[in-house]
Amino acid sequence: MVAVPDNQAAGASRARLLRLGAMALGLLLFIYVARSVGPQKLGETLVTGLTQGAMIALVALGYTMVYGVLKLINFAHSEVFMMGAYVGVFVLGAIGIANPLLSFVCTIVVAIIGSSLLGITVERIAYRPLRGRGRGALVRVTPLVTALGVSVLLQNAAQLFFSARYRSYPQLITGSMDIPGVGPVGKSRVIILVVAVLVMIGLELIVKKTWFGKAMRALSSNEEAARLMGVRTSWVISSTFALGSSLAAVGAVLFCIDQSSVYPTMGTAIGTRAFVAAVLGGIGSIPGAMLGGLLLGVLGELVKLSSYSGSIDAPVFVVLIAVLLVRPAGLLGSNRAEKV
Amino acid sequence: MRVNHPTRAKAVLPEGAPLLEIADVRVSYGGIKALKGISMKVMAGEVVAIIGANGAGKTTTLKMLARLLPVDSGTVRFRGEDVRDVPTEEIVARGMSLVPEGRAIFPNLTVRENLELGAYLHRDKVTMAETMADVVELFPRLGERMVQEGGTLSGGEQQMLAIGRAMMARPELLLLDEPSLGIAPKLAAQIFKAIRTIAKSGVTVVVVEQNTRMALGSSERAYVLRTGEVALEGVSAVLAEDPEIQKAYLGG
Repeated sequence: MVAVPDNQAAGASRARLLRLGAMALGLLLFIYVARSVGPQKLGETLVTGLTQGAMIALVALGYTMVYGVLKLINFAHSEVFMMGAYVGVFVLGAIGIANPLLSFVCTIVVAIIGSSLLGITVERIAYRPLRGRGRGALVRVTPLVTALGVSVLLQNAAQLFFSARYRSYPQLITGSMDIPGVGPVGKSRVIILVVAVLVMIGLELIVKKTWFGKAMRALSSNEEAARLMGVRTSWVISSTFALGSSLAAVGAVLFCIDQSSVYPTMGTAIGTRAFVAAVLGGIGSIPGAMLGGLLLGVLGELVKLSSYSGSIDAPVFVVLIAVLLVRPAGLLGSNRAEKV
Repeated sequence: MRVNHPTRAKAVLPEGAPLLEIADVRVSYGGIKALKGISMKVMAGEVVAIIGANGAGKTTTLKMLARLLPVDSGTVRFRGEDVRDVPTEEIVARGMSLVPEGRAIFPNLTVRENLELGAYLHRDKVTMAETMADVVELFPRLGERMVQEGGTLSGGEQQMLAIGRAMMARPELLLLDEPSLGIAPKLAAQIFKAIRTIAKSGVTVVVVEQNTRMALGSSERAYVLRTGEVALEGVSAVLAEDPEIQKAYLGG
């Protein structure tokens, strides 16, 4: 009994040491890169990286929130993102871009509605009937395989209905603006970053201040106890899917503004990175998903500065593996053992 | 401790009718018959203890009452209403709160958030603030730790938090599962003192407890369970003098 706090203290100080070490290492690397490319280029890289990262984070949040309440990796999430992008492209096609701001807002709103409906429907049809069924490992494995199946289904449905061709996204925001200390940056980048940050602040408020947010965190913390408080599990799960899908829809519209093309397999590329971001930050942790997304975005852009020219996913996975070796629960994941 | 939530209708029970009545309840747990037809009556305002050895069905009884385990057969009536098929989420709205074994607090939520969730169904700000003040009066330690995460509390403090959280719903019936389990004796005594305070304020309490001496010392009546059946029942003070109980549960 006496040994427990000692162990904990030792573990905590070791963790602090590791964290300091990792930070120092990161800082050194950063200084090295900064010196070799010069401040101008570095500023540009950081802005681009943060923009990419913010979009990844928006998608990563959906993975992490659903994992929190269901302990399920919702592989169909990347397809909800893709469908959100399609909804966006159709809305823009229908209303035109005479008034860019209005079009932008309309697109986001309709994409949010469409994606939420899709997310809720997937949960109702594919996951809910399986909940609490089966024994042992099957309780977790069956929904996981189902999620993979739904992902394939949605991707193929998109190919069937929307065809596999790349659709171009209208240039909503053009031009660039000067940011002091960085230089000219594409206006679209700035808008993406600002919108993503605002959405994340909004999410933080929802999660921390509303009864839904408290119920969601309670449910991810201890389902049985949450039900004893009167929390309706099904309602919270549906709402979580709606919220996660909404964030993916915002991410999708922003992604399209950045990349200006939409295609059925687009979910896989960003979905993989978003999933990695969620695991890197600690799956189930909302700030973790934000941090993981931003880190991956910046990391991807920093890699581009080097002479390495292979797939961006390779260094991303190297970082993931390195982090998980040191912190199996991810950067901000809770690895506190439950007191019994 | 202010009790009885203003927005919930008070129980209108006929004279002499029990608040909780279970009759011939059978529950099985993955093929094992955990309760083999138990019957109990709890009157409003009573403190009733359920004691017995490990595996006798004490926790199963409470879980069954909170609807966390399905009932195979038998009747469960609370405030005169059949609650056998009411979902867990609704039990608290009816006025029954369970403090589960192992406390089951929300470790990564703050103490304040844990308590607020206890009032999830009664979000009226004024009532909530009043109840929270009562809970802090009952457990001053919680008041000092409001902004701390629940998981950082000691075992005893977590138990206080779990009881406080249950009280936030202003239940008529409080079900406590092993409140002294794994807690330093000094804190356990404090917790039992708080339970007596809660009972004095008019809340009916059913407590399951390994520590037979403590359970019989702070309850009015007790049921002794043995392998899923009620082996003995009676006034706690009398049971405490029973040679058989002394031999089996009080260590001589």
